[in-house]
Amino acid sequence: MDSAVAHAHPHSHSEAGHAAHAEGGFWSKYIFSTDHKIIGIQYGITALFFLLFGFCLMILMRWQIAHPGQPVPVIGSLLHAVLGDTAPKGTIPPDLYNSFGAMHGTIMVFLAIVPLAFAAFGNYLVPLQIGAPDMAFPRVNMASYQFYFIGGIIMLVSFIIPNGAAQAGWTSYPPLALVIQTDGQTFWLIGMVCLITSSLLGAVNFIATVIQLRAPGMTWMRLPFFVWAQFVTAFLLLLAFPPLEAAGVLQLMDKVAGTSFFLPTGLSASGFHAVSGGGSPLLWQHLFWFLAHPEVYVLILPAMGIVAEIIANNTRKPIWGYKSLVYAVLSIGFLSFIVWAHHMYLTGMGTYISSFFQITTMIISIPSVIVLTCLFISLWGGAIRFNTPMLFVMAFLPMFGIGGLTGLPLGLAEADLHLHDTYYVIAHFHYIVAPGTIFAIFAGLYYWYPKITGRMMNEFWGKVHFWTSLIFMNLIFQPMFAQGMAGMLRRMADGGANYSAANVKNAIGGLPDKIMGMHRYILMSAVCLGLAQIPFIINFFWSISHGKKVTSDNPWDATTLEWQTPTPPPHGNFAVAPHVYRGPYEYSVPGHTTDFTPQNEPDEVPSRQPAHPDFGPAGSTPAVQPT
Amino acid sequence: MPNASSALAEQFDDLPQQQESSVLGMWTFLATEILFFGGMFMSYIAYRSAYPQAFAEASRHTIVLYGTINTAILLTSSLTVALAVHAVQEGRSKACFWLLVLTVLFGCCFLVVKGLEYHDDLNEQLWPGPHFKSGLPPQSQIFWFLYWAMTGLHALHVTIGVGLLSVIAWMAQKGKFSAAYYNPVDVSALYWHFVDIVWIFLYPLLYLINRYS
Repeated sequence: MDSAVAHAHPHSHSEAGHAAHAEGGFWSKYIFSTDHKIIGIQYGITALFFLLFGFCLMILMRWQIAHPGQPVPVIGSLLHAVLGDTAPKGTIPPDLYNSFGAMHGTIMVFLAIVPLAFAAFGNYLVPLQIGAPDMAFPRVNMASYQFYFIGGIIMLVSFIIPNGAAQAGWTSYPPLALVIQTDGQTFWLIGMVCLITSSLLGAVNFIATVIQLRAPGMTWMRLPFFVWAQFVTAFLLLLAFPPLEAAGVLQLMDKVAGTSFFLPTGLSASGFHAVSGGGSPLLWQHLFWFLAHPEVYVLILPAMGIVAEIIANNTRKPIWGYKSLVYAVLSIGFLSFIVWAHHMYLTGMGTYISSFFQITTMIISIPSVIVLTCLFISLWGGAIRFNTPMLFVMAFLPMFGIGGLTGLPLGLAEADLHLHDTYYVIAHFHYIVAPGTIFAIFAGLYYWYPKITGRMMNEFWGKVHFWTSLIFMNLIFQPMFAQGMAGMLRRMADGGANYSAANVKNAIGGLPDKIMGMHRYILMSAVCLGLAQIPFIINFFWSISHGKKVTSDNPWDATTLEWQTPTPPPHGNFAVAPHVYRGPYEYSVPGHTTDFTPQNEPDEVPSRQPAHPDFGPAGSTPAVQPT
Repeated sequence: MPNASSALAEQFDDLPQQQESSVLGMWTFLATEILFFGGMFMSYIAYRSAYPQAFAEASRHTIVLYGTINTAILLTSSLTVALAVHAVQEGRSKACFWLLVLTVLFGCCFLVVKGLEYHDDLNEQLWPGPHFKSGLPPQSQIFWFLYWAMTGLHALHVTIGVGLLSVIAWMAQKGKFSAAYYNPVDVSALYWHFVDIVWIFLYPLLYLINRYS
């Protein structure tokens, strides 16, 4: 069918791609599409919107922290108009701050980063990279996006209902979550059930696709590392999310049906009467973190996959230690299910349990370090091309390193007693997600943009975007380490001004002015980081129609299968069904005429000596043999 | 086999690959379902070990007759759906249709019996909250929360299964399936067996443990 399409339209590839799918109108082509590429783009655009939205919430919170009780400049009146009395005169009272905090976390994790890194990149690239015409279950795929979209709308609507959105943090701990008098929590729970359903459908689809639809010759050890990362991520979503869905249903019953699964006996709060009690708040924490720790790896593994692809392409040499990477990522996937209670050292769950989770937490850092080490060593001896995607990837490595290493003290119960719930924690996980995963996502957008649109993004503005983002990211999060170690707690609507008694001279436990003063610098850096995204946003949309056109289907001279398709790939993806002959990263193979050998390029049998596999000169890696 | 080849979706090379993929997809989906109910079972275990007396006391108020009838009904329906798959594999699509109809009827019977039981439970004031039956230890309410949550979600799954099997039966009657192509029957039967197995765990946990001790 694919070749028939290509023959019937003797125009450029891109026009053939549009024509192949033109029979459905606008609605069936772009809105209710079952094509994995369109669904990937839908996910991407929606999630980028939520990324910006979550960022705006953060800016408003930073304003409130740095200038407690003062009206927000410029958009204060808009805030008042949209949110009504929850934002009187454009200020952000503590209740609203709590809403913004809870929704910033929820939106960034469940509506922005996971959908971008897993659903958007995964949907678009995994079928292409394994040489499949589509996902195994295209209609399930469409349903997955629709559940995601509905979940997102529910979350957004919860801002404008009376009393506003959920206020109990993205972790939604009962009893706090249940005693706050807002229906926002109900919206949050229903929205989460939709988002979880979406992720589960996506995960089922990814697993079936990778197992069943690989092209002939695409053995497991010839899969690009990106596919491995997505595959493990799918398993994490598949196995971690359902218990949270169950817990969400139970908490929803606590909220609307008067049960008390998570409400202790004798609970009393203003305007709230516990029905019968006997429930355990700790049970929620266990069920929540059983999801949410694997979720951390859902956030980072796809990013590692993107980074590996771009490093191999831009160093023009094979990834160092491909098999180590694969086994490391499988170990991470397994271990991530037995570390969850390191979020709960302060709940008093007992020293034996704490010891167990400390040990597993230290163990999981080993495969993580293996991944980072392999990626670092891959740079060694490469002829590095410093284009925008590569710059973001090069920044990812140390940034992720900082994020990962600062996590070790948090994994030890002794140190966690001091650091728990401080800004140190915020700095730690933002280093992993913001200059870590988000930088990898930016890298991926710049890198695969020409395949998706047929045009390059502007290189100069890409570099401006990179350098400004890198600088301001660090200016935002570095001071938080200092603040946290000085003892500043997170989730304080006034940045700790009252709690720490910072303004009282010689107060015990008070924070020095130097620490409190950092709030203002962080706010300025955050605003600058926002401004730094403007070149990216303009570049992103401008390049769709005005970017430099690509001259070939493979503008980066890459080896993996997604570059061996027409640009953009038509419905059904490949002009000729691909056959795979080699591993994913055969760059600079000695004796080859070009410095890259695509996976679907047949072996030139006579020029090789099958009895003596060519290991090449020292430092190069042999082709990966089929298993 | 004209209907078999038209059933092949474009992303697959051939029918066996499509068959394998959908069975794999259903199994992975069932893995999520097991973990979903696993969250509930985990809560049950945690609270049962915290309040063993109250749970034993509370479970004596479940109506074991209804529970047992429903167990028999669901187990039999699992047999009929398995026979339906067997029939379609041998190309007897008429028999497959009637066996599916029988399964759907068993499913409906289950829901009716469950409804009667819920009715009696409500009359007994076993809905937790301010009007909960007096004389039971306070923590027995948690048992009843779990009872309503777990059987309710299970009944929802039965309802979905009845709807699913009705569509499949209708397709079978239209002659969509043959010995070469019976994928949807197979996959739906898997789902139905899962619903059955969840009940096999719910029945002893809610009705039997410590009942007569």
